[in-house]
Amino acid sequence: MPVLWIFLIVLGIGALGYVVARQRALASVGNDPRHLHSLPSYYGYMGFLFATATALLVLIIWLIAGPMVIEKRVAANLPAGVVEQAASQNLLMAEVRRVANGLDNAVAMGVLTEGAASNARADLTDMTARLKEAGQVITQNVTVPVLRAAQEMRQANRTSKTWMAVAVIALAVAGAALAVLRAQKDFRARNVVERGVRWMLVGAASIAILTTVGIVLSLLFNTIEFFRIYPASEFFGSLTWSPSFGGGSELGIWPLLWGTLYISIIALLVAVPIGLFAAIYLSEYASPRLRSVAKPLLEILAGIPTIVYGLFALLTVGPLLISVFGDNGLGWMQSGTAVMTAGLVMGIMLIPFVSSLSDDIINAVPQAMRDGSYGLGATQSETIRQVVLPAALPGIVGAVLLAASRAIGETMIVVLGAGAAARLSLNPFEAMTTVTAKIVSQLTGDADFASPEALVAFALGMTLFIITLCLNVFALYIVRKYREQYD
Amino acid sequence: MADATANAHKRHGSLTQVDPRTRRRNAAEARFKAYGLAAIALGIFFLVVLAFSIIRSGVPAFTTTVVSLEMNVSPAEIDQAESGMLKTAAYTKLFIAQLGSQMQEQGIGGEVDPEAIGRILGKVGNDLRAFYQANPDAVGEPVDFTVNASSRVDGYFKGRVTREGLVDSRFLVATDLDVVDQLTEAGIITRQFDWGFLLGKDAGVDNPGGAGIGASVLGSFFMMLVVLVLSLPIGVAASIYLEEFAPKNRFTDIIEVNISNLAAVPSIVFGILGLAVFIQFASLPQSAPLVGGLVLTLMTLPTIIISTRASLKAVPPSIRDAALGVGASKMQAVFHHVLPLAAPGILTGTIIGLAQALGETAPLLLIGMVGFVAREFPTGFWDGFVEPNSAMPAQIYTWAARSDVAFYEKAWGGIIVLLVFLLIMNAIAIVLRRRFERRW
Repeated sequence: MPVLWIFLIVLGIGALGYVVARQRALASVGNDPRHLHSLPSYYGYMGFLFATATALLVLIIWLIAGPMVIEKRVAANLPAGVVEQAASQNLLMAEVRRVANGLDNAVAMGVLTEGAASNARADLTDMTARLKEAGQVITQNVTVPVLRAAQEMRQANRTSKTWMAVAVIALAVAGAALAVLRAQKDFRARNVVERGVRWMLVGAASIAILTTVGIVLSLLFNTIEFFRIYPASEFFGSLTWSPSFGGGSELGIWPLLWGTLYISIIALLVAVPIGLFAAIYLSEYASPRLRSVAKPLLEILAGIPTIVYGLFALLTVGPLLISVFGDNGLGWMQSGTAVMTAGLVMGIMLIPFVSSLSDDIINAVPQAMRDGSYGLGATQSETIRQVVLPAALPGIVGAVLLAASRAIGETMIVVLGAGAAARLSLNPFEAMTTVTAKIVSQLTGDADFASPEALVAFALGMTLFIITLCLNVFALYIVRKYREQYD
Repeated sequence: MADATANAHKRHGSLTQVDPRTRRRNAAEARFKAYGLAAIALGIFFLVVLAFSIIRSGVPAFTTTVVSLEMNVSPAEIDQAESGMLKTAAYTKLFIAQLGSQMQEQGIGGEVDPEAIGRILGKVGNDLRAFYQANPDAVGEPVDFTVNASSRVDGYFKGRVTREGLVDSRFLVATDLDVVDQLTEAGIITRQFDWGFLLGKDAGVDNPGGAGIGASVLGSFFMMLVVLVLSLPIGVAASIYLEEFAPKNRFTDIIEVNISNLAAVPSIVFGILGLAVFIQFASLPQSAPLVGGLVLTLMTLPTIIISTRASLKAVPPSIRDAALGVGASKMQAVFHHVLPLAAPGILTGTIIGLAQALGETAPLLLIGMVGFVAREFPTGFWDGFVEPNSAMPAQIYTWAARSDVAFYEKAWGGIIVLLVFLLIMNAIAIVLRRRFERRW
């Protein structure tokens, strides 16, 4: 039974629970709702909640845990020796899963009958041929243990699915029955329902924690896996980055970190002066009319998707820079994709980020400080330079750090605008690459998922996550601390 | 201060006369102001350049150069084409032959050179074959055909390919352009609005003329459905808890810190999360809009939570107090009174969060939603969630990464489509805010 059906059936039972529980509660007071503890609908909600909540929770847990348990069991049943022969247990299990899926699809397409698919003495070559005929990707000839394991897996999957359906629907019915039994006039249905709803709210709020945990775990496990097959000393010590999918690649992080840093510095050199001066003008000098036009216009820059900036870098800014600094001009630049291209465009993207954050911070400086400065005879610009900016400095530093973390994590602009060559160089007109760009290229290639060339992306991701996290925490701390100062 | 008094003694001017020092200070003031204005002007200048280059390079993508011809194919010719090994090539030959005979009738191009016509035409064989297989009755009848010209001829019309810059190749020879000019005069080659770009699907690397963004628009649509259905209820529930019920304790603090950090985590990290958790761990299908939607949901949740909390906070406490005063429970006060009043603000925030998610590219690339996957339309509504598809920004990226220059134009055109969607969403958000926002 498909999951969607189980889900709908549970919802149906819930709806039934609503109607019956409400009726029963009303009947217990002779259809006079004034004698009930709660409004009649709360008894109904109770019926619905009791039926659906536990059942759906079990359904979700089963869906997540079921395949893992089955895989463990199938892996344990594989004959000894087979695992040693294969490159790794993961690869072998991937093969088993592929064959099992292939069998399922072949049966669905009618190439194989159900009986033939689960036939324990099926002929191997015949089976492989049939699977290939059904358009299933089978990497090599299916071996006997793999086929047996696949068949075992299908069998277990089917049993698990049946039991899941039975268990979930039984739970739903039991829950509904319990609610209906309790739907009496003195039962505090509202309190029960509200407690349930409150737990759901807590659950929704915890998703933020779960996401962070998910990010950390998925990065951590794969990074550990990576360092098991590739020495960490090389990753952090080597100065070359040259992955080759055949093996024997050198995966040193420094060229990527340098590229990331260099591009971010150029981006900040563009964004910070422009953004800061724009913020100063908007908050200190601009008339309300200019402000109401210019501020939204600048903020449009922040709403434009990064892919647009990427294309802008690749197709507009790159050729433009080439015509000035290229072979026909100054002769400094070889190709349109370079650190300069990506840095400039990223700087444009960050302008509104710096300007609106600094604008808020400058506005938070108390007017009394300005008035004091004017009273001593300072001009407006002197006041800004010598009083407002020093007072706002910690906040502005925080804003710049947030912008830096944005720049470091930016992907599409560097993928399209910065080039693909990883090198350690000081020339800003050369192509370089960044951590984010390499994450994309290592994970979208054809590399085997268990190879160091693919797994290195997780180590890169971990590095990126830690750097941006530190920057963010530090920046938020500064900004918050500063805000409190003038509150 | 000693200096100042000393200066005052030396000064001979009066208040009406500006002394050099004041002049310097005033000049510094004017300069400083000018820097500020220049910064704003520069920012707006960048915006204008960006808008200009999008429009200039993107608008041509919406038109295409076509060759129209009345075809009359006999059953014998069809049989012959079907019997060969290269069926589409045989159909292309049929078309070339018919075009050639028509050109001779009208006296165009002098000696007819089938290869030259072949270079002018785009990929005709497939469309032709598909048409005749779908409409067997049309065999032997005159049928009007409009097929794409080759992408280089298209580029000639759009100024991408020029006579001077043309290097003879097997794709286009300079003399072909004379034939093209004559055909244009005869009205056989025309430019028209390209519905195929808006409604079509991605084509192979060798067929830029046939590539369309329609399939990936659908992919984006299915993703946005997932994001809306998941992130709105979860985001609202989380905000209600944090704003109205959460006690001040460690757990609440952890959640708050988490949300503000997640809002600043690079989007690519969410892509890694999606790859590891949804595809590797939970074995959900690769390249599916469902997975893309899940990843984008996690990514937009912090945005939605932050804006929802702001609009919940904007509802004055007197509303809650009044509800509690007439005997509502805390839950009833929130769900019956606070939430409806905060709804416009919540919706606005959600739409802006969705718009942000719509333009996101990097995480989609990691879960396999790259452009060339969008080769087929989804077969049904529910299948649309799990069948491999792409999304608008990922499709644009794929086009931009291809080497054929003709795809760049498609990429710019795709950006116009994407920006139109974003504009519509933001406009709705602004209208909602203007109409329903309540000032307390």
